[in-house]
Formats: sequence, structure tokens, C-alpha cells
Amino acid sequence: MSNPSDLKYTQTHEWIRVEGTKGTVGITDFAQHELGDIVFVEAPAPGTSLSAGSPMGSVESVKAVSEVNAPLSGAVAEVNPELADHPELLNQDPYGKGWILKMTLSDPGALGGLMDAAAYEKYVAEVTH
Amino acid sequence: MRYFPSSDEDVRALLAAAGVKGVADLFASIPSEARLKEPLAVPPAVPEPELRERFVSRSIRNSSASCRPCFLGAGAYDHYTPAAVDQLLLRSEFYTAYTPYQPELAQGTLQAIFEFQTMMADLTGMDVSNASLYDGGSATAEAALMAHRIHKGRRVLVARSLHPAYREVLRTYLRHIGLTVEEIPFGPDGRLDLGALKGRLDAEVCAVLVGQPNFFGVAEDVRAIASALPQERRPLLGVVVSEALSLALLEPPGRQGADIVCGEARSFGLPLGYGGPYLGFMTTRQQHMRQLPGRICGQTVDADGRRGFVLTLTTREQHIRREKATSNICTNEGLCMLAATVYLSLVGRRGLRELAIQNLSKAEYLKAKLGEKGVRPLFAAPTFNEFAVKLSAQGPKASEAAYAADLLGGYDLSRDYPELAGGHLLCATERVSKAACDRMADVLGGLS
Amino acid sequence: MSHVIEEKLIFEKDHPGRTGASLPACDVPKADPASLLGPLARREAPALLPELSEVDVVRHFTRLSTYNYAVDMGLYPLGSCTMKYNPKINEEVARLEGFARLHPMQPESLTQGALEVMATLQRHLCAVSGMDACTLQPSAGAQGEFTGIQLIRACLEDKGDARRIMLIPDSAHGTNPASAHFAGYEVEEIKSGADGCVDLAALSARMRPDVAGIMLTVPNTLGIFEKNIAEICRLLHANGSLVYVDGANLNALMGITRPGDWGADVMHINLHKTFSTPHGGGGPGAGPVACKAHLEPFLPKPVLVQREGRYAWDHDRPKSIGKVQAFYGNFLILVRALAYIETLGGEGLKRASELAVLNANYLRAQLQPLLKLGFDGPTLHEVVFCDKELPNGVTTLDLAKRLIDYGFHPPTVYFPLIVHGALMIEPTETEPMEELDRFVEAVRAILEEARDRPDLVKSAPHTAYRRRLDEVAAARNPRLTYKP
Repeated sequence: MSNPSDLKYTQTHEWIRVEGTKGTVGITDFAQHELGDIVFVEAPAPGTSLSAGSPMGSVESVKAVSEVNAPLSGAVAEVNPELADHPELLNQDPYGKGWILKMTLSDPGALGGLMDAAAYEKYVAEVTH
Repeated sequence: MRYFPSSDEDVRALLAAAGVKGVADLFASIPSEARLKEPLAVPPAVPEPELRERFVSRSIRNSSASCRPCFLGAGAYDHYTPAAVDQLLLRSEFYTAYTPYQPELAQGTLQAIFEFQTMMADLTGMDVSNASLYDGGSATAEAALMAHRIHKGRRVLVARSLHPAYREVLRTYLRHIGLTVEEIPFGPDGRLDLGALKGRLDAEVCAVLVGQPNFFGVAEDVRAIASALPQERRPLLGVVVSEALSLALLEPPGRQGADIVCGEARSFGLPLGYGGPYLGFMTTRQQHMRQLPGRICGQTVDADGRRGFVLTLTTREQHIRREKATSNICTNEGLCMLAATVYLSLVGRRGLRELAIQNLSKAEYLKAKLGEKGVRPLFAAPTFNEFAVKLSAQGPKASEAAYAADLLGGYDLSRDYPELAGGHLLCATERVSKAACDRMADVLGGLS
Repeated sequence: MSHVIEEKLIFEKDHPGRTGASLPACDVPKADPASLLGPLARREAPALLPELSEVDVVRHFTRLSTYNYAVDMGLYPLGSCTMKYNPKINEEVARLEGFARLHPMQPESLTQGALEVMATLQRHLCAVSGMDACTLQPSAGAQGEFTGIQLIRACLEDKGDARRIMLIPDSAHGTNPASAHFAGYEVEEIKSGADGCVDLAALSARMRPDVAGIMLTVPNTLGIFEKNIAEICRLLHANGSLVYVDGANLNALMGITRPGDWGADVMHINLHKTFSTPHGGGGPGAGPVACKAHLEPFLPKPVLVQREGRYAWDHDRPKSIGKVQAFYGNFLILVRALAYIETLGGEGLKRASELAVLNANYLRAQLQPLLKLGFDGPTLHEVVFCDKELPNGVTTLDLAKRLIDYGFHPPTVYFPLIVHGALMIEPTETEPMEELDRFVEAVRAILEEARDRPDLVKSAPHTAYRRRLDEVAAARNPRLTYKP
């Protein structure tokens, strides 16, 4: 699966789609593939304040737990209600139905610090070799 | 040595195949400065017949509950275990198996765990159960740790009427992780002092832990305690059951507002065993399932779609989450769990209730007989199979007098509660006869 | 396997009107729960417990037992678990009524025989470990670790500074970091060197005043003896830090070498591994902790003492860390362990370790042409292979599951984490040569299958009561209890 070009990416394999002061966050196709079948997603409650680069939740497979970091700072606006019963959406559609949360950004300008799709693909190629 | 299959000839063949000259060379990687130079200071081997005699002679230097009726409870209750329980525990397929890491080869153990979890959840009025914890003491500590993970507050309130040893274990577990333990006194009726509880509650309290029945055998009003808790930043209510048989009679704590029910289920088919191994347990509501400590078994299907069982939600555990695990527990009390499952299956729903009523009846009879002799209960609140009385004599004297009358006497409460001088805790299970109760009443009546 | 009975859940077998237990006749007036307890007795019969005859219950659990594999059926080579034979006399003596029906709150005058068992076992465990004092209270290995780290903490606090960091190698069991955390320490991982041992230079550089101690498993989970152990102890002690030894692998060392002699301060011992007490499908175990004299004041209370020739419990221990178990430990497990030690004697214990190491080295030599070693160091009680040479995309898990079809319990897999696709094999001393050969032949046959018919291996097991179970479905939609 190719990484959508309208998203920004982190070194810890999260993506964010920014529209104005709103951001939608998930984990990348590479991340879901590394983890394998995802069985549980732990996301923060709406209203929780998030700090860029700090853990905001976790995703679990049967035998592993991986922290999910906030790509940017802000506050949780909405959590994907489907994930409680269907964590497999992260495997099936990581950039679409498998989004984890929407957030209100406190500093949308910080977006520039993240990677675009091409830079992320290069980064993944480096870490896997 | 009968446990070592390798003959001298086998050893030579094994060494040759391994490419090693002699047994000593197997340990070449251990630096000589680290080697033990002299033989182990452990006496020589004892043949089996002599060994058995030696243990028999050690065992008869104890005076156990098999020699005299036992009125001692205090967290360990003398119940009868049907012979079938131990016969099944002696199946090699159960007791010589490891933790069920390979589910295809452990469906027997796993199905039994699933049945145990179902029984404990049902008995306690909760949704989910784990596969066991060590004992009532560590289960109490694990309940506090779990409440802290869910609530985040750092104060733990514990009833002073909770088993003293459980409170000590709780303090040991909580000492170094930034949680404080504060005791809530009991009122004159032996129950938790609700006024004192309310006065101590604030947003930092993550857990309120009470015994049910408490250490004095008193049945707490869990509903009243639950409704005393604030709605805002409500702490988790942990009900600690040290006599699991009471669950057959008292309203399930889960229906009374408890968030965690834990404690000691040794009464279900396990021996007194001088304190261990016992059977810690923990149940909770569905929404807290991922914060449970210990092993959990879940239902699934195999590649052919047949029902089967596996250990599940393992990401909570130490081998995956390491220092962030919900607990460090690994080996738990597997075979004790099996004993409880077999026991509860044999006794059944009507049998368990009948047994609980017998226990209540024996204790009430003893209480009445003592009353006739002028020995009064220490507390007015209702009790299950254990209750405290007030003696004018010292505790050790009461226990000596009971022993002289061929009885195992009660427990001296002043050991743990200096404020209860003369307090004496007596338990009566289905195993003590009316005649033994009469004799105990005579003994204690004669002291007062 | 259509001839195998599909045993239902016990609740599905409920047959109202049957009973499986005979209660004593009640010789006192029947009490009325409602009048005595009022609304507190609102419980009717527990809804889900079945009503079954003794026959039904015995058949149910006997059938369940047939779905298990066990040491009494054959090799159970789980690495670091020491699945040795569980002697039968131990089961018999632990069931003597003078032990089994002894109440923990009885006065010491009535429990001298039990206290003698405990005192004797403590003495023998000190002899084997080279330590000065011992507590039998911890219920299992992990609780032993927690107790031992608490002792370290109490000792350092007593000197005025508990410190902050516990060092743990990357090859350690997960219980080590979890136990250190619950004892209030931050865990810092130290990397293994190319030889599978602790990197001495890196350790030396880390010796700063915030280090409380180190937790070392010796031999480590690669079956390799920590060759610099004495130097590690010296380094830590010079830094004012203490050394904890995880005794999970003590079965390699009895009578050969002793942690106390290396300079270690405290260790736990798994009686359900080294000292033959049964694992019980997941416990109960026992995890006694042995320590040097300077940690003795901090041991859990009560402490067993001798006064005027009689054993007694000393509760007056002002520096004690408190209690970790409500009473004195898993006593009936302690009885079994003492029976084992007395059966073997000092020489027999040493022989057990020698033969355990010999069996592991034999398996290593036989399997080395077939599988690739995880580390090339000398093997003690267990040997670790990796998945590097498995053909056709066959994984460690596949090989493990196919071993089931050949009548074996698989080894420990995917641990230690520092070996890719680890296969960790510990045969123990109680396996006969022909059983080891049968295992080697099974591995050889499976590797041939992996080359010629990989799908057969990837879909194993085929002959067990169940085929591979869907762990993903179990975790996504947890069903933890039976719902009628």
C-alpha cells in the first residue's frame, strides 16, 4: 500500500491529516504490518490534552504492545467509535476507516517538522535495512 | 538414583556424543575461582521407606485439626473436601503439566480455568475473573494496585477490620510505589465506621477495601458503604472475601456496588496446609477487564471452527509489557484453581447453599451456648461462621484450656488489636459437632 | 480424531436433582439466614454451579485431563522452566494429615514438626546457594524476586539512600523488570555482548551512585554462565550497589558453584523448577529467598527461630519489609521440596545438575547439524537455537506445533528476545537417552517435511485434541465466562 501524499508522517509511524486547525491521526501501513493482527486500541478520552511526540495511547496485537505518539500538540476532539468493536480496521484500512482520533491543534504551524510521504518512505527503507 | 534414568554406560555414551571427556569438563565455562571446592553440606541420600517414616514422624509431632475439633478460623476455615477432589488432582495430566502456553496440548487445564472463571464471576456477582492469584493477602494488594491504575488517585483506604495479615501484605506491596495506606476504624457494632470513612474521602482516594465477612466474622453492609462513596472521582470499592463459602449465602458483592471482588477461595476444596498453598482470586466488571492482574483464559475456535480455549489479554502481563505490566505474577495457583473448580462442581448450587447454612447454624448454636454460660459477643452486627466474644481471661489461657479439653481453640484478637483485650475469635464450620460446641462453651464459660 | 469425546462445559452438563457431595447431617437447629442476616442474605442459590453426581464430575475432569500433555507422558523441554520429573513419594508425604490439616494460626507448641520441616529446608537451601539466611514466604518466583528487591531497597534505605535504578540485562525474564518496578525501582536495560554475557566495560561505565543493584539470571536464559560474575559483584559492591541473582536456572549449578560464593547478596529459588515440586498446570509454586547476613534483618516476618531447643516464630522484627503472604509460605510445597532434597542428598543434588547439563549438551551436539545455534557460547542446562536455517518460510512456531504431532511438548519459543525466532530447549536430568534421541529424530523429520511438504508443517498440529487456536479472535472479542 502506498502512503497517501496528503498526509504527514512521524518517525514513530503515525500519520496526521490536517484541515485548518483540525487533525486526524492514525498509524501507518508499515506500523500495522509490523504489529500484525491488531486486537485492541487504547485511545485517550475527548478533551485530553496531547503533547507532540508524547504517548497518547497504544495499539496491541496478541503478543505485542506499541505506543502511539501524538504527531502534534493539541486536544482530543473525537475518538473513532468503531475501533472498540473493530480494531481490525487498523489493519484493513489504516489511512481511512482505521483512523484513531481527531484533534484540535494548538500549533498547526508545527506541521513542517513532520515528514511528507516521500521522506517517510525513504525513512522506512532505512530503518528496515 | 531412581529419578535419573542415565546408567553409567549411558553417561559415557552421552559424553562421547557430546564430545566431552568427562562430566567435570561440562562446567569448563565456570571460572575455577567460582567453583565450590568441597561437597555440598547436605546430608546423604535417604531411601524411600526411611524417608516416609521420617515425614510421618514429623507430621505426628503436629497436633492438627484431624486430632481435635477446630474452632480456629481467622482466615483459614476447616471444611471437608470430598475424596474425589484429591483423586482428580493426582491425575498426572493435570499436576505434572506446565502453565498452558501451548493451548493445543493444554485444553484440559484451559477449559477448567474457563469454568473456574465462570464460577467465581457468578459467585461474586461480577462479569469477569482471572485464573487465580497467590492468596488473599496478595489479592488484596493487587486490588489496590488495580484500583490505582484505573482511578490514578494515590490514597488507599482499608478497613481496620480487614484481616491483619492481608493489611500487612498490602503495606509491603504499596510501600515503594507512592501509594499511601490509611486505616478506617470499625464501629462499636464491629462494622466499618461509615462516618469515619466519609470523613476521609477525597478525590485522591483510589480504593476503599473492606473485608466481607470482616476479620471479626461480621457481615458488612456493602450497599451502605457503596452508597457512601462520592459520584465524582468515585474510588473503586474492593470487597475482600476471606471465607469464600460466605458467597453462597450473602448477597454477591458485585450486586452491592463493589468494583473489585478478591480474596481467598481456599475453602473450596483445599487443605489448611499450615497456611499454603491457598487460592487468591479476583473478579471485576467488564470495563476493568484489561486492568486485571494475572492469567486470563478466553474462549475461541480452532482452525476447524471447534470451540477451544487460550490464555488471552496477555499484553497486560510481565512477559510482554515488562515493567509496565499490571502485575509481576507469572506462576499462579493453577492446581488450587482446579481443586476449587472440582469442589464447586461436586457440591453444586444447592449443596453450597446448604453447606453455608450449616456453617451459619453451627456458629449461631455456639454463640447461643456461650451466651448461656455468660460469654457475650463482642459485636452486635450479624455474623456468618465466625464471631468474636469477650473473655475476662487472657487469650493464651483460653487456648490452653481448650486444648486440655481436646479442642483447637479460637484466636486471641489482642495479638492484632490491642484495643480488643480479651477479644476471642471463634469459628464453627460443618466439621464441628454439637457436642464439641457444647464442650467449647463449657471451657470458655468456665474461664469467665 | 473423531473417537475423542468432545467434553462439554460443566455448566452445559447441569442435571437438576443430582448431587456430587454428601454433606454431614446438621446436628444443631437450622438457622434461618433471612432472619439472622436480613437483606444481607439476599443471595439465592448461586445460579451457575451445576448439579451433577460424583460420577459425572469425575468423568468430566478425567476427560479434560486427557486433553493435556504432561511430564509423566514424556519430554517437556520448556527452556528455563525445568520440567523435571515430579517424584511420587513427595505427593504422598505432603498429604499426611499432620501437615495437610494443620491450621496456620495454631500455637507453635502444636506445630513443631512443621517448623522442623521449614527450618531444615531453609538450612539446605542456604547450603546450596551459599547464603546465610532464608525466607520461605514467597509463593512463586516472581514474588521471590519482589521480596529480594525489597530486601535490597530496605538495606539501602537503612543506610540512608534507596537509590533509583535497577540494572537488568536484555536477556532477562519479563518478571525481573516487573518485580523491580513494583519494588519502586526504575529499570535500566543493559545489553548482552557478542558472547551472550554482560558487557563488562559498559557495566563499569554505568557504575554511578544512582544504581541500587543488578538482577542477573545465572546461568542466563541462553544457558550460558556469566563468566565475569565475580568481577560484576566486585564492581557493584565498590559502587555501593547490591547483586540479585535470579535462581530460575539453579538446576545447572547445584554442588558445582554457589551464588553466595561469587559475592551475590540475595537470590530466589524456584522450588517448582530445581527442587522437583510439580508445576500443577501453572502453580502453586514456591519462591524462597536466600540472602547474606547483612540483609537478614529485613527478611519478611515472622522469622523462624530456635528458642531453648524449640522452634518459634519471631514477629518482633523492626526492620522487616513486612509480609508478602498472609501466613508462612506455600507450606505443602515446601514439604515436597524437602522430601526431594533428602531423597537425593548432597551428592545426588550435584549429580542432578551434572546430568541436566550433560543432557543439554547431548541435545546440542545432536541438533547442531540440523538447527542454527542462537549463540555459540558453552551450554549448561539449556540450549537456544534460532530460526535462521528453517526452509520454505517455516517458522519457529510451525516447528513447535509440528512437534506436538510427534508426541512432544514444544520447547520455549521466541524467548529470549535477543535470539531471532528462538527455540529454547531444556531437557533436565530426568530424561533418558532414548527419549532425547526420539526428540532429535522428530526434529530431523520435521525439517525434511519443511523442505518437501511445508504446508503440512505450517498447518500443524494435526493430531492434537485441537488444531491451531485463533488467539486473535480470543483477544479481539474476549469471552472470559460461559453465558447460558
